[in-house]
Amino acid sequence: AVLKKRLVKLVVNFLFYFRTDEAEPIGALLLERCRITKEEENVFSISFIEEPERKYCFECATEEQCQEWVEALKRASYEFLRRSLIFYRNEIQKMTGKDPLEQYGISEEARFQLGAHRQ
Amino acid sequence: MKLNERSLAFYATCDSPADNAGFLYKRGERHTAYHRRWFVLKGNMLFYFEERDSREPVGVIVLEGCNVELCDSAEGFAFAIRFGGTKSRTYVLAAESQAAMESWVKSLSRASFDYMRLVVRELEKQLQEMRRGLAGGCGGSREAAGPWKPKPSGLEQSQERLPALPAILPKENGCAVWNNVLGADRPPGSSGCGGHDEEASPRPPPLPPRRRVSNGEAASAGAAVAGSPSTFCRLHEQYSREVARLRQDWQQRQRGPRP
Repeated sequence: AVLKKRLVKLVVNFLFYFRTDEAEPIGALLLERCRITKEEENVFSISFIEEPERKYCFECATEEQCQEWVEALKRASYEFLRRSLIFYRNEIQKMTGKDPLEQYGISEEARFQLGAHRQ
Repeated sequence: MKLNERSLAFYATCDSPADNAGFLYKRGERHTAYHRRWFVLKGNMLFYFEERDSREPVGVIVLEGCNVELCDSAEGFAFAIRFGGTKSRTYVLAAESQAAMESWVKSLSRASFDYMRLVVRELEKQLQEMRRGLAGGCGGSREAAGPWKPKPSGLEQSQERLPALPAILPKENGCAVWNNVLGADRPPGSSGCGGHDEEASPRPPPLPPRRRVSNGEAASAGAAVAGSPSTFCRLHEQYSREVARLRQDWQQRQRGPRP
């Protein structure tokens, strides 16, 4: 496989990639239901649950950079954010006995419900 | 622009629960006829299918940087998803009842990743302050950093092992900024490198990805918006004003034209 140099940008739960001299992205990967794997030195891959053999590989300039990308991408999904929210909400409720979302009037929102989104 | 369509379609049709689902009429792009489609909202993605049991979506609307508003048009229960930018399109949708319209407008207004991130940061901060308060000083209490592995997105693992918050600021990953509802102009983050290395310290907790805000750079209104405690209250005030206005509109429409 040939490695091509790309500018890569993580924006919300999308990973955009660009040719280095272009302003418009060539493509994007939606980072839901995916697995981020550290491969050999400086390399990580992204694969999706429904097609685990197909890996999108990225080679970084340094191992440090590679680790940073792996950490960032593992937390990039909306579902991860949702789980964090539910976790914090639960922790705060345990400590204070109050639902922290109540003051914002969003405690009944479907997307914030505990246990509703286990995958 | 290429997209991992298969993965997208899989995400749309897999059995993870949807944040909202139902039939809506969607106005065509070129012709103003409405087509009835089955809509599924998951996270910040609004998928639509030809039929409820279609195996893959016809299209998807990514709900970032948009406003959801009621339509002036005579069509009943119509609302629009409006994006900024000159080339962007406005999606006009219509529900089949008042209740359905209210439910959709509410869930779509809060569907963005940016909104979620704000809520999470706010809760994170609250929790951090509480813990600091308990420990009676700075540094806070910290549970032993056990063998916590960051979880890959979408794969099921026990959630109960998430560790306590660290006293140090979390690492920030470089990410370009998406326009958002708040309208603040933000500078793009750089790509390829994150913040400084914090490998020496215990693993950080599952914090959401952040824009780069370090050493004075990216010191824009956008950065301030993301950080301050009053911002979240302001945001909610904004939302509640919007909801109050919408509610007023709906009630007026119910009453019909004044005599």
